[in-house]
Parts: sequence; C-alpha cells; structure tokens
Amino acid sequence: MDFLNALVAFLNFVFIPATAYGAQLALGALGATLIYGILRFSNFAHGDTMAFGTAIVILGTWWLQSHGISFGPLPTALLALPFGIAVTAVLVLATDRMVYRYYRRVRAKPVIIVIASMGVMFVMSGITRFVIGVEEIKFSDGVKFIIDPNAFKAATGLSEGLALRGTQLITVVTAAIVVAALFWFLNKTRTGKSMRAFSDNEDLALLSGINPERVVQITWIIASGLAVIAGTLYGLDKTYKAFNYFSLLLPIFAAAVVGGLGNPLGAIAGGFLVAYSEVGVTYAWKKVATYLLPESLAPDGLMQIISTEYKFSVSFAILILVLLFKPTGIFKGKSV
Amino acid sequence: MAEPFLIGEKMTGGYGAADILHDCTLAVEKGQIAVIVGPNGAGKSTAMKAVFGMLKLRGGHVRLDGEDITQLSPQDRVRKGMGFVPQVNNVFPSLSVEENLEMGAFIRSDNFKDTMEQVYHLFPILKDKRHQPAGELSGGQRQQVAVGRALMTQPKVLMLDEPTAGVSPIVMDELFDRIIEVARTGISILMVEQNARQALEIADQGYVLVQGRNRYTDTGKALMADPEVRRTFLGG
Repeated sequence: MDFLNALVAFLNFVFIPATAYGAQLALGALGATLIYGILRFSNFAHGDTMAFGTAIVILGTWWLQSHGISFGPLPTALLALPFGIAVTAVLVLATDRMVYRYYRRVRAKPVIIVIASMGVMFVMSGITRFVIGVEEIKFSDGVKFIIDPNAFKAATGLSEGLALRGTQLITVVTAAIVVAALFWFLNKTRTGKSMRAFSDNEDLALLSGINPERVVQITWIIASGLAVIAGTLYGLDKTYKAFNYFSLLLPIFAAAVVGGLGNPLGAIAGGFLVAYSEVGVTYAWKKVATYLLPESLAPDGLMQIISTEYKFSVSFAILILVLLFKPTGIFKGKSV
Repeated sequence: MAEPFLIGEKMTGGYGAADILHDCTLAVEKGQIAVIVGPNGAGKSTAMKAVFGMLKLRGGHVRLDGEDITQLSPQDRVRKGMGFVPQVNNVFPSLSVEENLEMGAFIRSDNFKDTMEQVYHLFPILKDKRHQPAGELSGGQRQQVAVGRALMTQPKVLMLDEPTAGVSPIVMDELFDRIIEVARTGISILMVEQNARQALEIADQGYVLVQGRNRYTDTGKALMADPEVRRTFLGG
C-alpha cells in the first residue's frame, strides 16, 4: 500500500506535471531549433513570440466566449489557435522583412543577428504588454479534471490523490499531433526536404535551385505556429503572464542545445530532459521517501535539492555542462 | 570551325581587387571531356567557377550553345543546362542518398524517376544505399552522390571540381570510367583535376593553366606527348 501511495505521489507531483511541461518545452525548442537550423542564429525573441501569440489567442478566446461559442469539454482557446498563429505569423514575417532580411543580405555574423533578435524581443514584449497588459490571466475553460484527486482517493482507498488535469492531457496530445505533423512535413514533402537540404548545405541548396527566401518564410511560419501552440498550452496549463514567457527562453534553449541545435528530434528529447530535471530537482521528495523508507530512516528535511525559486539554475547547469562536454548535443546537431 | 558548345572566352577577373584570371579561355565540345590541369594556385578552380558564374568577370564572355550567359547567376545557368559539382561540401549530409537526388531535381516539375533510375544504373552502389544519409558514406560514394545529384537536372554540361580529391586510386579509376560513360550519353564534361596524368588520358581537350593564363592547350593525347608539358607538369 505504501509503495502504491509513493508511486501515486510520484506520478501526481513529478511525472504528470513534468511531462506536460516537457511537451511545452519541446514545442518551444522545436521552433527555436528550426530557426537555428535554417537561419543560423539563436532567436532570443522566441519566448516573446510565444507571449505575443498567446495574447492574441486569449483575445480570440474572449471574443469567441462573448459570442457564446465554446469547444465543449475542450478549452475554447484551441479554437482561437489558428487565429493566433495567423496574426503571429504576419507579425513575424513583417519582422523578418524589416530586420532580419537586411542582415542576411549583408551576410552578417550570427552573433550580430542574435543581438538584433534581442532588439526584436524588446519590441515584441512591449507590443504584447500593450495589447494584453502585464496581469496574470486565466483563460482555461472546459473540463478541469480527467482524473479527480478526491474521486481517485475514494475509488482506490489510497491516501494519495492522483490528479490529471484536462489541460495536461490536451498539452501532451496536442504536442504529439503537432510533432507528428511536423516530422511528416520535414521528411515526406518536397518543401520540407528542401528546408532540411537548406539547413544541411546552404550553397548546394542554392545550386539546386532552392529559393532561400521561400525556405526562410516557411520556416518563420512554422516556427510561429509552434511558438503559439507551445505558448497557449503553457498558458492553459499554468496561467498567462507575459513575463513568464521571457523566462521560458532559458529552458527552451537549454532543451534545444542538449538535443543538438538544429536537430528536431533532439529538441523534443531535450525538452523532456530539461523538464524532468527541473521538476525532479525542485520537488520535495519527503512525501515519496516517507512512504518507501522504514520509519527509522524517515527524512527530517524536505528532501528538496533546490527550492523552486531557483528552478532556472537547472537549465543553466544543463546548458553549461552540455557546452563543456558535448557541444553538439545528444543527437548530432550543430555545435554552437 | 563552329564554336564549341560551351566556351569561356578571354576571361579576366578575380574575387577581390586583384585579378586571378588573365585572358583565360576554356571550351568544351558536345559530348567531349575537357580537363583543366596545372600547378597549385594556377586558378584552375577559379577558372571553372568563372565559367559557372560564381565569379564576377571584368573581361571576356561565357557562351553556352551560342547564347551569351555572362550575366546570368549560377542558379540561372543551372536552369540553362549546366550542372556543377563543387570540390567539397557537395552533398546534403543528413539527407538520404535518394533525397539528395530529389533535391538535385528540385527545379524540375516533370517526373524525374527515369533520371533517378539512370543515375542508379550508372552508380549501382547508390541504389543499395539509397535510404542511408549521404554523410555516412565513404568519400568515393559521396562523390558519386554529388555527381548523381548534378545529373538529376539532365544537364547538357557537367562541371566537376576535382572529383577525385581524397579518394583512393582504385576509386579514382572507377570514377573516371563513370565520367567517360556520362560523356558518351552526350553530356559535355569540364573538369579540374589534380591527378593530371590520369585526367589527360581520358581528356579530349586539355588546358594547362599557369597563374591564371592558358599555358598549353591541346588534345589530351598531344599534351601527354609534349616533352615540355611532361617535364614541367607531369613529373617526367
């Protein structure tokens, strides 16, 4: 019985939240890694692209709700996603036209484009705050629990409750669908293959008649889509606050680098690795340990390695370790 | 005599302020093999890149099938029927062999399955490895992928920049055999070669460049027989 309680506590507080978080990071890292692979710079504005897109999705959600439209048991925000993606893609393409295209033309060094992307980041975060404000916003509706902790306790007789929130399941399912669609696109379609070819060898892609501007545009559109979906899922799962997305930049890049920059498969693996590490290190294991260990060995402290306020140090540590010992990441990526 | 199929005539130019090529002329007839040889730094690769439009010319012209293409970009020359195999980085390493060939045919909107079969027929090993990433192949196999990729546009002229660089002598002979086979299908071949002796043996026309100028120009056989060329460039 104690063992089962320990397992349920683990699932409830570590595995399920970390899996949902990992899926959100993976989607974010996929966008960042695609941009790195094709445009060859680390896009610092990716977090704020997520914030902007989610803000538009929230506006769309409110509009739909004010017209009495809902998505049944699913959050209304999912219906507003295409709208959010479209608006974000337009903004991002306009940014490319106004900012990045110039740096491509003059063949600027990646580090210069990175700095330019920081400028874009500030502008974008300003726009986002202007559009939706800085307050915390809850916009999740639909079914709250798939597995209700109290009902679970009553049904199993365990003292630990297991909660599976609707948003967590939606996060994982949506992420799986998006990833499958993205891989199908990259591996099976002519356009997707030309993107991979461009990422592999830009000069040869030019010789083969692949139009770089078109590849770049499609990359921005896909990255916008991934950013808005990741941002919306994160906002549904937690709450929406513009600043939080800026902080997400670090775990997202840690995920992309761990997996190997430019490698989509690596971004997904990296997302989950970072999420599990972060939750694992900041979770107070006392509860699980108390169930498992005999009473004499029961821990006195919380058994929390670092407090949640410092969770971003985990991403930092991972980032530094990878850059020191395996700069190309777990999968074959480009070294930074 | 009628004009050669492809000719870079009196080309002068370089990458920066200083010229590398001086009045350099290269030409190849339909279905023939022309080889550019010469010492290191002679501007062999530069001369070929000039023919392909990767270099701004200050003087001279490039004509393909009688049409002046001096002002066209390399991409436009590909559309006109020129194929180019760079010396290095000439495959998409993470793409499979088959995907490499598909990308070669990117500008084609018609069905290119036949062309792909022809490439597989020419390089049977590629068919066996068609699902393997090109980056995992050996040097010789990678060169075959590179040549195959360039053939996918069904070019009229194929330009090869040191196709045998870094491959073993056996693989080199084999590659030369394949190149002869390609020429027999009516494709003109212009190539730069470090292995001058072997290359001149299969060449219909040979160009010896020194410091960006034509030094000797003759048939491959004649150049091989010329004692002066032998002594200075072929090591006796």
